[in-house]
Amino acid sequence: MTRAHLPILPVLLTLAGALLVPIVALASRRAAGVVAAGAAIAAAIAALAGVAQVAGGGVLRYAVGGWAAPWGIELVLDPLSAFTSAAIAGVAAVSLASAGPGARAAFEGTTPRFYALALVVVTGLLGITLSGDLFNVFVFLEIAAIASYALVASGAAPALAAGFRYLVLGTVGASFYLLGVGLLYALTGTLNMADLAARVPAVSASPLFAGGVAFIVVGLAIKVALFPLHGWLPDAYTHAPPPVAALLPAVATKAPAYALARTLLYVLRPDELPVTTVLAWAGGAAVVVGGLFALRQTDARRLLAYSSVSQMGYIVLGLGLANSSALTGAYLHILNHAVMKSSLFMAVGALMLSARGPSLGALAQLAPRPLIGACMVVAALSMVGVPPAGGFFSKWYLLQGAIEAGQPVLVAAILLGSLLAAVYMYRLTEAVWLTAGDEGSPPRQREAPPVVLAALLVLALATLGIGLTNEVIVERLLAPAAAAVAR
Amino acid sequence: MNWPYVAGVLLLMLGLYTMIAQRNLLKKLVGMTIFQTAIILFFLLTSAKRDGRLPIVPPGPVDPTPYMNPLPHALMLTAIVVMVATTGVALALLIRLYAAYGSLEENVIAERVAAETLPPDAPR
Repeated sequence: MTRAHLPILPVLLTLAGALLVPIVALASRRAAGVVAAGAAIAAAIAALAGVAQVAGGGVLRYAVGGWAAPWGIELVLDPLSAFTSAAIAGVAAVSLASAGPGARAAFEGTTPRFYALALVVVTGLLGITLSGDLFNVFVFLEIAAIASYALVASGAAPALAAGFRYLVLGTVGASFYLLGVGLLYALTGTLNMADLAARVPAVSASPLFAGGVAFIVVGLAIKVALFPLHGWLPDAYTHAPPPVAALLPAVATKAPAYALARTLLYVLRPDELPVTTVLAWAGGAAVVVGGLFALRQTDARRLLAYSSVSQMGYIVLGLGLANSSALTGAYLHILNHAVMKSSLFMAVGALMLSARGPSLGALAQLAPRPLIGACMVVAALSMVGVPPAGGFFSKWYLLQGAIEAGQPVLVAAILLGSLLAAVYMYRLTEAVWLTAGDEGSPPRQREAPPVVLAALLVLALATLGIGLTNEVIVERLLAPAAAAVAR
Repeated sequence: MNWPYVAGVLLLMLGLYTMIAQRNLLKKLVGMTIFQTAIILFFLLTSAKRDGRLPIVPPGPVDPTPYMNPLPHALMLTAIVVMVATTGVALALLIRLYAAYGSLEENVIAERVAAETLPPDAPR
């Protein structure tokens, strides 16, 4: 009974939570936060149950409203969608469960608004990963995006300009995607992914098909913030309020990255068009350029935002290479980057509760905070790619994929990106560890609210845990998904 | 020549050009709306037929040929809802932007944002 409903359960739980939060908030704002955390945790559990169900290569299909595919909308739980939805729901659950102190500082009396919008974002992102229908993906993209614009713009004044820019570019991205879907629909008469995949070979020579692929790829690349289409990301994630920054940078670009992998590699498979080559090189450029920009930042949040541009480059590079190892690395990096980026933004947000500002100089003036510092080091090691942190393994698979593909320049880009990450992450951790300490050392004060520390510890342990269990994840989930489409 | 499609492409270009060329954020938003409308027009064109009939089907076996395809209309109903929501959020942002910076000109806002967020010697 429940098993059959697993594909839709995570989406329903977060959506129900989003609707419940404003109602509960009428009675108690604190209870609204608990409801939000509960909904996100329940969605994460449902997503994990889905992973257990399809591990090893099973597929669960769910016809929404009882309308059978290809006419109705279909949700599909297979190893890849289960993996991505669990990564998104898991990180969202940790960041929402620990958002309380940051949300009260940033939103004061309006915390329920934050919780409701955050749950809408998560609903949209989970919907993107689980949907098996191209138009449905567009709707979920926009559900997530519209709530993200509002969340980003709810920060201090500079966030407004960043939010508007994010809105315009995000809408262009989604509109391009929709136009591409329209071209493919005009050509094949179907929107269902499985049905479309079967009809593509008959039409793949048509120029309309090339146009559809191009619009979909460019549209999703804007959403992924792939260099040089990353213009919206640095400002949006720099000025977003801290609890939003612990959620959006970690998950908001991952679902579009998944949608790009799903539509391009599993449905359209445009072998005659040089799409994957372009993506691989754009990804390689993003890795290097994002890292170079991160190097010169003096604002801790902006440094992390540019590091996201670089790390998303790794994922797209892997999708572009499209051999078995590279795809495994790209998928694994979706999870790794979500965990480490949430951890880092959360740590910076926790430090900003007591620091004078977000600049590295201001962070350096705080008294030492060994626990936060240690969690940041773990995330930094993952970002650089030092074993046994999770990031090492995704980069290892990517490196292997680039070598197998015979692309020495991309191999160099992957290594250079790690080197750059080592330098910019050192600058950040240095600011936390080697302090000027004019805040005064003891009397020892609390480093941060306990719930935030607990969340940071969970994410740090998860980083190490993913590294130690990566073989199981790869074997049971990612390798079957990658092998199905690898060149 | 299929003129309605040409009109759709022209509208699309007009919208995109407006978004890129205009400095004023409200005009950019107008461009964005034209752009989205062009896509809606394109979808609806795919369902149009000369002398097409409304897809209200009588009971019993029917020949589908004379009917227009209702699916693009249903899809665009959803897309219009999305578009209205986006426009609403955008207008709300513009009102708050104007209240905060006293202008909707992109360069003026960028100058004032830079002045209040960055120390003078920081690299951009």
